[in-house]
Amino acid sequence: MAAVSGAATGGTPPVAARPPTKRDPLLQRIRSSVWANEHHLWGWGGRISAAAPFVALVLTVLVLAFKAWPAVKVNGAHFLIGTDWKPGSTYGAVTYTNGVPHPLGVSYGAWPVIVGTLESSGIALLIALPISVGAAFALTERLPRWIAEILRYAVEILAGVPSVLIGLWGALTLGPLLANDVYPFIANHVPDVAGFSYLKGPVGHGEGLLTSGIVLALMIIPIIASTTRTLFAQVPPLPKEGGEALGMTDWEVGRRITIPWVRSGIIGATVLGLGRALGETIAVAMVSGSLLATISPNVYGTMGTIAATLVTQLDSAFVDGTGFEVRTLAELAVVLVLVLLVVNILARFIIRRTGNLSVPLGVGV
Amino acid sequence: MSAAFPSSRRRRIANGAFRAATLLALLAVVGPVVWVIAGVVDRAVPHWRWSVLTTNTVGVSGGLENAILGTLVLLLGVLVIAGAVGVLGGVYLAELAGFNRRGKQRGGFLRAATEVLAGVPSIALGLVGYLALVVQFHWGFSLLAALVVLSVMVIPYITRGTETALRQVPTNYREGAEALGMSSGYGLRKVVLRSAMPGIVTSLLIALAISGGETAPLLYTANWFTGAPRAALFHQPIGYLTYPVWTFWDYPSNQAHYLAFDAALILLVIVLLLLVAARIIVNRSQRYAEARRN
Repeated sequence: MAAVSGAATGGTPPVAARPPTKRDPLLQRIRSSVWANEHHLWGWGGRISAAAPFVALVLTVLVLAFKAWPAVKVNGAHFLIGTDWKPGSTYGAVTYTNGVPHPLGVSYGAWPVIVGTLESSGIALLIALPISVGAAFALTERLPRWIAEILRYAVEILAGVPSVLIGLWGALTLGPLLANDVYPFIANHVPDVAGFSYLKGPVGHGEGLLTSGIVLALMIIPIIASTTRTLFAQVPPLPKEGGEALGMTDWEVGRRITIPWVRSGIIGATVLGLGRALGETIAVAMVSGSLLATISPNVYGTMGTIAATLVTQLDSAFVDGTGFEVRTLAELAVVLVLVLLVVNILARFIIRRTGNLSVPLGVGV
Repeated sequence: MSAAFPSSRRRRIANGAFRAATLLALLAVVGPVVWVIAGVVDRAVPHWRWSVLTTNTVGVSGGLENAILGTLVLLLGVLVIAGAVGVLGGVYLAELAGFNRRGKQRGGFLRAATEVLAGVPSIALGLVGYLALVVQFHWGFSLLAALVVLSVMVIPYITRGTETALRQVPTNYREGAEALGMSSGYGLRKVVLRSAMPGIVTSLLIALAISGGETAPLLYTANWFTGAPRAALFHQPIGYLTYPVWTFWDYPSNQAHYLAFDAALILLVIVLLLLVAARIIVNRSQRYAEARRN
């Protein structure tokens, strides 16, 4: 074909036809039939992969539930309301309750760590929400572009820094600083009003509830700030300009127009942040004191959370020859996972109604 | 704007307080980031020895070569497993799931499950990995158990990132590929996926940064190993950088503290490199996209 056309135009000399490359016809047929059906590969690989997270989710719940069921039968309702954590005598005789083997004298009550989880996450939300919304507002003001860039990078790094490093900073730098200089000041100067008694009393050494709350706040700020920033950017300019034309100040535009416009989105982002705070493990284990059967009397005292208990107690749970303590920890994990499923589904539901926003990937404010 | 713009004194004060509060909030976000990084660097640098990079851990002293190599092996494994599953899942949800009778995109349930999985705490995944893989399947503390748990943890991020990147590819590209007579699979690979590459690579880098900094899911699946990583998937624990930080920071020995701080610094450098690489890719692809649009 090439030679013919070359001869017809007359200019170029005819090119010698290349000898056909030798190929194994069978291999060639297999290869071409594979590539001809490439869309099946994408389709089925995609179907299986897209189903993988759902399968993992179901398996996670099932494995924990199966492992925890015997512990549920022994611990009963005391598990949710009890305030003691006694692994029993590991050297004594194995006893049976409802057919489940366990050491003599076990008594597991998770109420203190449940309270600790809720308290520390609540403090984290109280701190993180105003800071995140405020920082997002700072970006909507007429600030130089490089300040916006700095915030973008800061949030990204904050979202990406390993929690063990934030825990290290909280335990070695922030905690001692607060306990030496800040907590005593607060404890000595709060007024003697009934509601403020939690802010009084011994301030400890920097490990405890308030320190955990502050560290948790730092870890959920990226989630709330990035979502709020995106939401603010979606508020149409006309209502805001209208407000300014009526003579409203920036504060009034923010409070009367911007925030009401995206309120449910901010609530959704806050619930997402709550989910992260409830499940955060390593940093809290490093700054809370990781106690098991103690509810802190004030905001400074040492305490524990469910997630921190899981990571700090599993080692010693191996000592229990009947495996009962591991089952109890699985029960604790079931409580945490169920709470988080509810919280996350709730957050999805709120956010879906406002627009399709996702978990911030760590990139992009 | 006249000098007495907010008409009353109260409004002037409220607005000034608002502006000051937003700037303070900005400072409260940026300050701790600088402080955390400076704290890690400040603790590690005074006692830094380069031999940390080339010797293995001995008890609570020695070096961190085993942990660095272990972390790199784990990252590579996560890249392969979570990368393949996550990207394929994202491709399916964005491109192949199709539409139902009412014209709505299918796969909403799987997408919701993916996002809910992202909210499951890593320690719960680690506990399941320990109970199911390490004990029930008799894998022992092993590389594979750690990889499976880490992958399950980061797959939602990769799937989500891939899906978002693919949705930003203009429909014209798909139509163009089809008009040129490409088969659907070929067009997907050569045209659509290629255009979405920056977004996909970014989500992979973010996933690596997250999994490199994880501690809780690894403690009871990978455990800890003071020798160089071995080519074994089962019954062979493996070291990683977060373990010395988490374990050695409150040991009553200066050697252990220095090792923890060194590990923290190396970890920080690895994570920051991954984040910076992701940011550079995003910036470059955005600049390219804007230049093309004009």
